[in-house]
Amino acid sequence: MSETAGASVLRARGLSKTYGKDAALVRAVDGVDLEVAAGETVAIMGPSGCGKSTLLHLLGGLDRPTGGEIWLAGRRVDQMSEKALARMRRNAVGFVFQAFHLMEELTAVENVELPALLAGRPPRAARRRATELLDRVGLGDRAGFLPAALSGGQRQRVAIARALANEPVVVLADEPTGNLDSAATVEVLRLFDGLHAAGQTLVIVTHDSRIAATAGRMIAMRDGAFIDETRLTGGTRGDLGALAGLDG
Amino acid sequence: MQQEVVLALLAKEPSHGYQLRARLRQALGPLGEAMNAGQIYVTLTRLEKAGLVTSGQAPGLPDRPDRKVYELTPAGQQRVADWLAELGWPGPAPTEFHLKLVAAAAARLADPLSIVDAQRRELLRRLRDAQRAAMAEPAASDAGLLLEGLVLRLQADLRWLEACERHWTGRKEQR
Repeated sequence: MSETAGASVLRARGLSKTYGKDAALVRAVDGVDLEVAAGETVAIMGPSGCGKSTLLHLLGGLDRPTGGEIWLAGRRVDQMSEKALARMRRNAVGFVFQAFHLMEELTAVENVELPALLAGRPPRAARRRATELLDRVGLGDRAGFLPAALSGGQRQRVAIARALANEPVVVLADEPTGNLDSAATVEVLRLFDGLHAAGQTLVIVTHDSRIAATAGRMIAMRDGAFIDETRLTGGTRGDLGALAGLDG
Repeated sequence: MQQEVVLALLAKEPSHGYQLRARLRQALGPLGEAMNAGQIYVTLTRLEKAGLVTSGQAPGLPDRPDRKVYELTPAGQQRVADWLAELGWPGPAPTEFHLKLVAAAAARLADPLSIVDAQRRELLRRLRDAQRAAMAEPAASDAGLLLEGLVLRLQADLRWLEACERHWTGRKEQR
């Protein structure tokens, strides 16, 4: 196809997901086109119920679309067999959820290595990678802790480390700061920034304007469809002083 | 520069102007970068004329404002105490922007929704700057706390713009 198709790692065309039928038909996702380039951070924003979580589930192969196509790393995902889809999810996608979804009876490092073990990696290599990832999210000294002994922000960082376990093509995050206070949100934003700098492709659905403001591209979603797209370029730190309100 | 701010900075101990400036920079971080170095001296001179501060200087040094040591007078101390007890709060209702939308819609001069959209982009740009600055601050810095205040306000304003969007979308559909 075109040159842009080669540079994009995630692509959706005419994507739709409907529930029910006739008068009770709900169009949760309604004709979405999306192209995410390698290394891009895209934030999809909208009120609750706009279909953004459903869209993320479709993109990550957690759910099947009613119509349209999804391509991930050059392979068509929407028509894959259940088995191939599961393998794709495990190896090519990292998920981060609002409620962390950590295994409570496993330690931080055991949670992080789990996806690698499920993918058939040797246990020692999986553990080595998990330890590195915990270091990377600043939790190297918490490797042996159970999730219950960690703060909300720390648990989400463990979940982000787990999402990276199999070096995914794309990380998909669903309201990753939804359960976090202000300071923990800043930690997660810093982490996403670091991932972006390292070339990781990120798609984040959120209603947190701080995430949207720090992403490279922001898409507004209403009633299952994209209604607006904004590229926020450049940080103009020089203007900040004008916001201090010290004049006069 | 607000006079009370300079007075209150001086309440710690008699100080040179540059020491006040250093305290201000510490508290403001990147939000203080646009501050003009001369502003504090202009304010100090006014405060001295008003009898709220006095100045002295070490013997043998040239007679320049930046060599002077400033000190609060009793009247200056009283003004600081009054200021600390004041309940004034900046940030009134977004009246001007609201009236802009009402007038634009009534006169059909512009689409309120495109005005809201342009404003949203501007606030997102500011939020991006403020959030990036907050992320660059070390944990528990004074300036980081101020940046958090700015971030939270911008978020509240963005939420209100969403309400504006819903309101004016509804109006459009009624017409």
